[in-house]
Amino acid sequence: MIGGLPIGFAAPWVLLALMALPVIWFLLRAIPPAPVKRRFPGVILLLGLKDDDSVTDRTPWWLLLLRSLALAAVIIGLAGPLLNPTPPSKSDAPVLVLLDGSWGAAKNWRRQTAMVESLLDEAARQGRRAALLNLGAPEKPQFQPAASVKNRLPGVVPQPWQADAETYATVLEMLDEDAFDTIWMSDGLEGARRDDLLSALEARGSVRVVEDPLGVHGLAPTVFDDGVLTITAVRSRAEITETLTVQAHGLDPSGTPRILATVPVRFLSGETSASSELSLPAELRSRISRFSIMGQDGAGAVTLSDDTLKRREVALISGREDREGLELLSPLHFLRQALKPNADLIEGTLEDVLPANPDVVVLADIAVLSPAEEKEVLEWVAQGGLLLRFAGPVMAASGLSVGEEDPLLPVRLRSGGRSVGGAMSWGEPKSVAPFPEGSPFFGLPVPDEVRVTAQVVAQPDPTLADRVIAELTDGTPMVTRKAIDQGQVVLFHVTANTEWSGLPLSGLFVQMLDRLAILSAVGVDDETRLSGLTWQPVQVLDGFGRSQEVHSLPGVEGDVLAKNALGPKLRPGLYQSGDKLVARNVLRADDTMEAAVWPLGTRIEGYLTAPVKDISGWFLAAALGIMMIDIFASLAVSGRLWGARIATVVLALVLMAPQADAQESRAIQDTREIALGHVLTGNDRIDQLAQDGLRGLSEVLFFRTSVEPSEPAPINLETDEISFYPFLFWPITPDQPIPSDEAYSKLNNYLRSGGMILFDTRDADVARFGAASPNGRKLQRIAASLDIPPLEPLPEDHVLTRTFYLLQDFPGRYASRDVWVEAAPADAEKIEGMPFRNLNDGVTPVVIGGNDWASAWAMDGRGNALYPVGRGRAGERQRELAFRFGVNLVMHVLTGNYKSDQVHVPALLDRLGQ
Amino acid sequence: MISFPQLRTRAEAEAARLPPLLAQAEHLAGTVLLGEHGRRRSGLGDDFWQYRPVQPGDSLRMIDWRRSARSDSQFVRQREWQVAQSVMLWADQSPSMGFSSSENTPTKGDRARVLALAIAILLIRSGERVGLTGTSLPPRRGEGQILRLTEMFLKSDEGDYGAPEARAMLPHARAVFISDFFGDFEATEAALFKAADRGIRGVVYHILDPAEESFPFKGRAIFESMGQGIQHETRKATDLRDRYLERLAERKDSLKQLCRTTGWQYGVHDTSQSSQAALLWLYRALEQRL
Repeated sequence: MIGGLPIGFAAPWVLLALMALPVIWFLLRAIPPAPVKRRFPGVILLLGLKDDDSVTDRTPWWLLLLRSLALAAVIIGLAGPLLNPTPPSKSDAPVLVLLDGSWGAAKNWRRQTAMVESLLDEAARQGRRAALLNLGAPEKPQFQPAASVKNRLPGVVPQPWQADAETYATVLEMLDEDAFDTIWMSDGLEGARRDDLLSALEARGSVRVVEDPLGVHGLAPTVFDDGVLTITAVRSRAEITETLTVQAHGLDPSGTPRILATVPVRFLSGETSASSELSLPAELRSRISRFSIMGQDGAGAVTLSDDTLKRREVALISGREDREGLELLSPLHFLRQALKPNADLIEGTLEDVLPANPDVVVLADIAVLSPAEEKEVLEWVAQGGLLLRFAGPVMAASGLSVGEEDPLLPVRLRSGGRSVGGAMSWGEPKSVAPFPEGSPFFGLPVPDEVRVTAQVVAQPDPTLADRVIAELTDGTPMVTRKAIDQGQVVLFHVTANTEWSGLPLSGLFVQMLDRLAILSAVGVDDETRLSGLTWQPVQVLDGFGRSQEVHSLPGVEGDVLAKNALGPKLRPGLYQSGDKLVARNVLRADDTMEAAVWPLGTRIEGYLTAPVKDISGWFLAAALGIMMIDIFASLAVSGRLWGARIATVVLALVLMAPQADAQESRAIQDTREIALGHVLTGNDRIDQLAQDGLRGLSEVLFFRTSVEPSEPAPINLETDEISFYPFLFWPITPDQPIPSDEAYSKLNNYLRSGGMILFDTRDADVARFGAASPNGRKLQRIAASLDIPPLEPLPEDHVLTRTFYLLQDFPGRYASRDVWVEAAPADAEKIEGMPFRNLNDGVTPVVIGGNDWASAWAMDGRGNALYPVGRGRAGERQRELAFRFGVNLVMHVLTGNYKSDQVHVPALLDRLGQ
Repeated sequence: MISFPQLRTRAEAEAARLPPLLAQAEHLAGTVLLGEHGRRRSGLGDDFWQYRPVQPGDSLRMIDWRRSARSDSQFVRQREWQVAQSVMLWADQSPSMGFSSSENTPTKGDRARVLALAIAILLIRSGERVGLTGTSLPPRRGEGQILRLTEMFLKSDEGDYGAPEARAMLPHARAVFISDFFGDFEATEAALFKAADRGIRGVVYHILDPAEESFPFKGRAIFESMGQGIQHETRKATDLRDRYLERLAERKDSLKQLCRTTGWQYGVHDTSQSSQAALLWLYRALEQRL
């Protein structure tokens, strides 16, 4: 530190050179700027004139100051100034950098690496040897020169587990007896045998511990209960009140990874865990693949979600299979509509459905099951199934569960049911009462328009009150529920169709089903789910919490997966067995995080906020800058800074400025109107020819058709946007550059999305198409990477022959007939009575020829042809045909297969006439 | 066989320079000819001027009998005064005249040549005899003289500064000296006195570059003459400016004084101004005393 500033020097003795500055000042003062030689005839009048003595010929003071500053900056720069220097350590023992290297350190990994780097730099400056020991993947520390240790630093990454007792034991064995100082980069979490290691290290030298005072945050697995996601976060230090943002990641419907939801989690002071609830539509929820704490890396801050969030399988079983038609009256219709977006539906008979082990079975107005069926269903429910039953006329008439409670019904029923508000009954139809607290439907808004006109009525029972989860305004149950082992039975006391109530028509129905369907997978604990199976890892997390697909890791026993601690053999991630997918997260449901406790007297530091930085470069750059200024200042002083030189400098600066504006304004102009484009070849003459040619064609289009193009646009494939131009003219020269990969992807996109390129090899006078002319070979090279369909010579009945003019020849300056377009599909057929086939439903993406059309089209500003075509009148006719070809081509681009569709007009008219 | 191929190419190059100078001068002269006609007084000449009644003293031979026969009185037929005057030109061709301070202004030498040739064309067209001072090209009439003058003007002199040639001057002729007059003032003075002794009157036309009139230099500089014969170094050119301008004004004043003494006309021209105005002034100045 110098004078309180956080600056130190690597080679302070160089600063002695600053003492020479005054000497240099005097030397510089004495040397005036060199004189300018000027021719001047009037010199004869100057002879004998003496310079005024009071005028100094010395360098102006400010120029001196400038130069002295430059020199001072050079000297200071060479002295190696360091920002935020660390006070040099007294010890010269080797340094051991000990990294915990667990996921807890991932959050600060970058800062930690920077700090280790600066520590190693410091050690290198002091000539101390150093070694690196990573507890995540321990190797015996070898003390080496600090610089070579620094080279290995980028290869050290945090691991998604913490060192266990065994690792600590290994490390303890590795340590030599020689003395060394230790810097322990702690992850802030309590380790298995941390104290033993610390005392072993302290026996060998001083120990500095570096850790983040803010502690570590983690995310426990998300719990799904009653349709609500409970997100729990834990932390190692409980001092402060803070709020974390947890993000839910997943694929959106287009398959793009996105953040699907965010939820804040607020820790109060003194709490080490906090949770937050998130209610999402089932569709969205089933897309969530992982939750993470925003802005924190680390496998602990990530929790993967598995099967429990996926779509349920719902089996729909209806008893009235014999009744035909009347789709809207089918009790399953509304269920189907309500469940289809959120669940996978299975329909069939119970025997067929139950072996598929659905999450939910819906029985709509089915009263009686065969004893075998009943047994099977009961078993299935006991294993965690949800049986959803709806009442109906059949059930009401069956006398089911009247005397004694049916095992598959939650309550006893009175026989016959009741109807209210009908023509033959007293009272009003009843509406739904607000849901009581504790009901899975609690909180759902109850719409007024839901009216119940008939229901099956429960017998009053001691257990009835507990089983009702929804009731009508008169207190009679509408939905009842009973738990059977791990599963449950839910009965709607109304029909699943609109016969008895308006419920299926309301949004409430969907919401209720949604809440219920979620309940199905809750309650199975991990061990039973996992044990007995071998689980194959499909995705594992690295220390930073990034998922990686894996295929080569061995499978893991279910018990191991459920119980063992994470390590190299058991990585956090997604494991698969059959169709089931489970997530093993770093933190499990009831895990807490213990902050590392260091014995009193341990030296604990935070991360360096400002790492040591070598700022000599800044000083040297400043010196260079000052010297640049000095050049101009010296020129100005000696009178040699002329307008031309200033202009050159200004011009250079202007040229360096980006020229995006021109392209942008051009783009705006070209998108406002239509413009033809030509690809720049780098040959000025050809480019000018293409520009003139397209200008000529644009003029002709303007006069003859309703296409009114603006000035043609020269296109640089590398820099310009080509999607604005429906038509590109591409003259081929043997020496033009092959476009870059980006340009090719642009071109292929362009061709796929309906653009057309006219390739012109301009050599039809000497070469046939495909012959090995230089231009033809070049075209082959250029087109090799383009997405060009199979080609054929332009057939006589191609739509290009009749989009505006009826043409059979397509001459340019040369009249070769070799013009190639996209080949017609093999099954294109001639329509009866029509001269042409219905060819090419769409625009041919390329037209290839060598007729040098641009020359035939080329016009100057006054509309005069620039290049001769043919001889005399025949030549003019050929030019006219060339223009017509151009018109047809542009029409073809702009109207697509419209003219081709015209083929059908006579047939349609014919049909109308009949 | 061409024995001296270089001679031919050099001749071609020289010849190529002729037409532009000539054309420039012709063009310049043309602008003046349009507005300035004849001598407008009677005198010796070929062209008819007017008939006037006979006055006492006229000899009978002067009477135009054909005109007099048509009336009762006698008339004398007068011809327009056509007297050939000799005009001698001196346009400074020294390197000093080759100076031009910017690309937009011609060199002083260029301007001097064009002006001299243009005035020569004007004078020859109006029948005067024009030549150069000294013995190289004595005054003659006729269009051919224009070409010879052009040729002579394309030669350049040695030495830093030029001085007027005062030898072999015809008595009572006219003379035009065009120069920057930075040269030896004594020589100029001697030439003018010698000319005045012979009854020669004329015009001293002082051509200067804008830079020479304003001295726009700054900083440390070494000034040297066009022939690099003379050098002057200064540490701060701006300080010299006032003293230089003072000396220039002095030089102009002494030239003016000299002209007044000898009865010559004195004019100053800046090369950044139009050559047409300069020619007009030169033409008028010559005409006044012819």
